Amino acid sequence: MERLGEYIPIVGQSIIDDLKLLAERLKGKVIQQVNSTSVGGGVAEILNRMIPLLKELGVDSRWDFIKGGAQFFDVTKKFHNALHGKKEDITKHDFEIFEDTSRKNIEELDTYGDIVFIHDPQPVALVKKKKGNKWVWRCHIDVSRPNKDVWNFLKGYIKNYDSAVFSAPSFCQKMPIRQFLISPSIDPLSDKNRELPQQEIDAVLRKYEIEADKPIITQISRFDRLKDPVGVIDAYLQVKKYIDCQLILAGGTAVDDPEGAEVLAEVREKAKKDKDIHILLLPQNDLEVNALQRASTIIMQKSSREGFGLTVSEALWKTKPVVATDTGGIPLQIKHKYSGLLCHSIEGAAFAIKQLLNSPGYAKKLAENGREHVRNNFLITRHIRDYMLLFLSLYHPEDVVSL
Amino acid sequence: MPELIKAKEPFRFYTRLHLSELTGFKATTLEELLDLMKEVPGSCIYHHTHRFLQQHQYLSPEPPNDFAYWVNSALGEDELAERLASIDTVQFSTIRGLREEMIAKIEQYIKANPKSKRKFAEEAQEFHFIKSVSFILPTKYVVNDLKEFIDVLAKITMDSVYFHIFEARLRLEKKTNDFSYWIETSIGNKKLADKIANLDPYTHTLEDLRDTLIKIIEKSV
Repeated sequence: MERLGEYIPIVGQSIIDDLKLLAERLKGKVIQQVNSTSVGGGVAEILNRMIPLLKELGVDSRWDFIKGGAQFFDVTKKFHNALHGKKEDITKHDFEIFEDTSRKNIEELDTYGDIVFIHDPQPVALVKKKKGNKWVWRCHIDVSRPNKDVWNFLKGYIKNYDSAVFSAPSFCQKMPIRQFLISPSIDPLSDKNRELPQQEIDAVLRKYEIEADKPIITQISRFDRLKDPVGVIDAYLQVKKYIDCQLILAGGTAVDDPEGAEVLAEVREKAKKDKDIHILLLPQNDLEVNALQRASTIIMQKSSREGFGLTVSEALWKTKPVVATDTGGIPLQIKHKYSGLLCHSIEGAAFAIKQLLNSPGYAKKLAENGREHVRNNFLITRHIRDYMLLFLSLYHPEDVVSL
Repeated sequence: MPELIKAKEPFRFYTRLHLSELTGFKATTLEELLDLMKEVPGSCIYHHTHRFLQQHQYLSPEPPNDFAYWVNSALGEDELAERLASIDTVQFSTIRGLREEMIAKIEQYIKANPKSKRKFAEEAQEFHFIKSVSFILPTKYVVNDLKEFIDVLAKITMDSVYFHIFEARLRLEKKTNDFSYWIETSIGNKKLADKIANLDPYTHTLEDLRDTLIKIIEKSV
């Protein structure tokens, strides 16, 4: 099915023409993407949408997965948390489990690509198979303050790649290989971001008994302390003293996450006295998330840590004013007072919300700027362009490349 | 209506796409910023003085460079930020010259305001030096007169406009922008070429710059 054409009304014909120009330069190269799963998680989500588009452009892009048992994935989950800076007890045995499974994958997986594009730590050891082809390691994790043991262990593999890619400048590491900055993206045609008819939005509001004619402040996030849902309620309560409004906290369920369940219980306790606070569990319901974002007056993202925080781009794309903390990838998406408001505290967040609710013209301007910023920088078309440039950079070490 | 002049040589539009390369260099104080500005590759200075033009096309034409923005937002040095922001970039024909001017401004400021050395950016607010890697590609658009030129200019990507106006002049160290050069040497219209060369492109958003160029050229055909 032809999908590229559907992006033309959004980004313009010339952007698609540029993608085609780049794709021509990659003719004959096989790009092999490798990760650990085809479903679930942000990496699989973006590859599922990106690979068909690359193929349509004529870039031979294929996708393979490594195999691993429960023990292996328990270890890589620990690695993931430790790289995010969370305290984890990682033993020598954990590293051995990682190496054992990696050895089996090295034996079984054919790394046939001219360019082998490895996503995240799970398949990182495959680089031992590197021969004459090019290898790139794509890190989707916030490694600004990683656990040193885990990072140094992984670095032993990463330094053998040709290049590494990170999502924010602060994730950059001291390494002897080229490192590139490529932000993730949203797909404007996905269920989470496509335009919705007003009836569909209204139906979701009715379903959750949310008033359409009272200002709505929303945060879409997992119930996780790092997303500070309790702080969001505190900020809302400060605003509520002056402006009658509603708050929506919506996110995935926390079935397998004891801490998540605890946070959810705290949030529910704090919210129970106020009928205008709506706590919604929306497991993988992209259309409802889309509707809630579109129905909102202001979107918040009050995280204390954030890998990238694509919910900010999702909100800006829907021309919504955003109040968010100045952390992770958020300042790449929001320039304070130009395309949103950045804050550092509950009081700061409350003040910003009041400003926006009382100055709808200002809020509209920020949101419009934000939408254009997302159009230029955080849509899937830009992401594909950057990946193709990255592939070409593997054959061109210079700073100015004439193709 | 005057007869349309056919160019001696056709003009081919190119496009320039860029990839951001992380250098690992970061600054938390003004002195660290200064020291690193002296040693990083020219591609870094270019990136931080031109990134905003492409990434923030919709904004009013400020803030113009990352150094000014960081000095203000992370260190609270508004006065220095203003001095860095108001550097007349269009007067420089090399990155080297632009780098020297910025270094001089910071050195003068530190000398006059020694307390500024004590300020440091909070964690996660450091200045990360990034390098711009440019990929230059010919597009399918080739024009032979100003009418065709306007038609293509109206539909070409902003990356292409950006390449011919900013990158060709400063990074590739040509003396003028590509449009003025072609209009003067192939169309023979020096007056129009000068008019375009005398625009300060840094005080326009890219979309506004495109419109301004089209209007100026339309008047002359």
